[in-house]
Amino acid sequence: MTHSVENAMAVMTRTARWSHWETLFWLASLALLPIFPNKALLFSQIAIMGLFALSLDLILGYAGIVSLGHAAFFGIGAYAAGLMAKHGLGDPTLGLLAAATGAALIGFVTSFLLLRGSDLTRLMVTLGIALMLFEAANRFASITGGADGLQGMMVKPVLGLFSFDLYGRTAYLYSLTILFLLLILARRIVYSPFGLSLRAVKANSLRAGAIGISSATRLVAIYTISAAYSGVAGALSAQTTQLVSLDVLDFHRSADVMLVLVIGGVGWLYGGIIGAIIFSLMQDWLAGITPQYWEFWIGLVLVVLVLVGHGRLQSYARMMIDAITQKGRVTRPDQRGTS
Amino acid sequence: MVTILFDGIAYGMLLFVLACGLTVTMGLMNFINLSHGAFALAGGYVTAALTQKAGLPFLLCLPLAFLFSAVLGMLAEKLLYRRLYQRSHLDQVLFTIGIVFMTVAAVDYLIGSQQQSIHLPDWLRGRLDLLGGSIGVYRLFIIVLCGVLALAIQWLLSHTRFGSQLRASVDDPRVARGLGIPVNQVFAVTFALGCGLAGLGGALGADLLGMDPTFPIKFMIYFLIVVTVGGTSGIMGTFFAALLLGIADVAGKYYVPQIGAFVIYALMVAVLILRPQGLFTRGGSR
Repeated sequence: MTHSVENAMAVMTRTARWSHWETLFWLASLALLPIFPNKALLFSQIAIMGLFALSLDLILGYAGIVSLGHAAFFGIGAYAAGLMAKHGLGDPTLGLLAAATGAALIGFVTSFLLLRGSDLTRLMVTLGIALMLFEAANRFASITGGADGLQGMMVKPVLGLFSFDLYGRTAYLYSLTILFLLLILARRIVYSPFGLSLRAVKANSLRAGAIGISSATRLVAIYTISAAYSGVAGALSAQTTQLVSLDVLDFHRSADVMLVLVIGGVGWLYGGIIGAIIFSLMQDWLAGITPQYWEFWIGLVLVVLVLVGHGRLQSYARMMIDAITQKGRVTRPDQRGTS
Repeated sequence: MVTILFDGIAYGMLLFVLACGLTVTMGLMNFINLSHGAFALAGGYVTAALTQKAGLPFLLCLPLAFLFSAVLGMLAEKLLYRRLYQRSHLDQVLFTIGIVFMTVAAVDYLIGSQQQSIHLPDWLRGRLDLLGGSIGVYRLFIIVLCGVLALAIQWLLSHTRFGSQLRASVDDPRVARGLGIPVNQVFAVTFALGCGLAGLGGALGADLLGMDPTFPIKFMIYFLIVVTVGGTSGIMGTFFAALLLGIADVAGKYYVPQIGAFVIYALMVAVLILRPQGLFTRGGSR
């Protein structure tokens, strides 16, 4: 008995181990700043999108909840941070906290709607909530500024020390730091016993229930956490761009983030970040050719991804990573249910 | 009051015709299809083009819109959608959203983003005074036509050989196949019919709902609400859900315009909390 527990713990420690390529990845992301000092604004956008996609990964990759309305929490976070900055509470950390709390609260309340019903019902409910929030932001234009966006945000320096510059260098370092910290936290969460039980629920909630894992509490918990993550992403976006408009709640944002995550790979935390990098490069390139019809290409990518099979594409990519790092010790993501 | 009720019914009837194909693919075959609106868009655009450019009479355009969307749906099913029936819901969502985005951008590119108008014949314009309210003739026309269609679909499902084959295929595809029912063909025909009806709905609704390239995204939520609220009991559930939604939406926008679209979302959430499987369910494998 104790032997098997030790065994399980050994497996968990091994899969959760910080690998070399991760160190390399974060060092490289820091090194980007001195190499391309003019692209800092773009990089900070990528970091924010990566965080947003990471939050979707928490529910989609680890709990199997297909959400079509994740922009709801991004939007709540953005408006929370934006409104605070507008009304004199421009401290970024405070804004992040408020955004996370607000989004988590809404996430917690709405998560109960997701417990019943099928994928289709969940899809509907998430989409419905996002649309309701969009509608609300549109109606209360006196508070949110409606389609024109929030006017007059004053964001104070980060920690009172580093003020935001025009080139977005502070913005990038700030976003990157938050992304890094939250990724570490997400690692802790998904490699903990709680994270494992989540996967059990995702794989087969009936059996998980039979061995004493209550799927309801776990889904509520992870959905709330994910909402808070999205809220932080939204707040970062509001603070670094000093801009919040109805766009943050748009349906497109929910669909885009799903595409970002699927490009990078569902269910291994880094998928969102890598997807964000690829997505941004693609956007940069394609939007240069046909700026108006960028949507078409998003659609095409989605269709091709599904027809080819995103799981298959990513397993090739991972085989390459394995080959490069040579040891088979790379944290191998869970592939079940993604293809 | 009568006018609002009447407008709501007309709106609901339209939603029914638009969404009833989706009931079968999504509600019964368990295939999440978010691209249904694209076929409605096709129907609406064909009608607009035929009435405006070719000058064909409106009534003749309706069956043409149906045919066009049905053929389009049949091709799409054969080439694309069929591969996705067995895939995960995530894949289905991604794929069909992709189709929607492509349609929207392609229509925008090829035809332009302006709203399409349909040339209605004179006898469909104007209003009637009936039961103390003023009623649009075109809306009356929609109600009658869609009502007849609803009855015809119900009859098709419950009283024909094809209908029983479809019900069998949906209930248990394996057993149905074992009994010699060509399940794939039945699904293909159903899909095509559903798309055709969507096209017809698009043609009829272009004047009321507005037809521009973003139509599939704007009305996606409405179709989804109709299907989920209607449940899986078959076509009648969808019918009542569509009517309920239509009336609630029109009445909500009229009486409490400040909260606008909230009425239907609130209605949807309420129904899904109370009855997660939809208003009308039936026992069985799903």
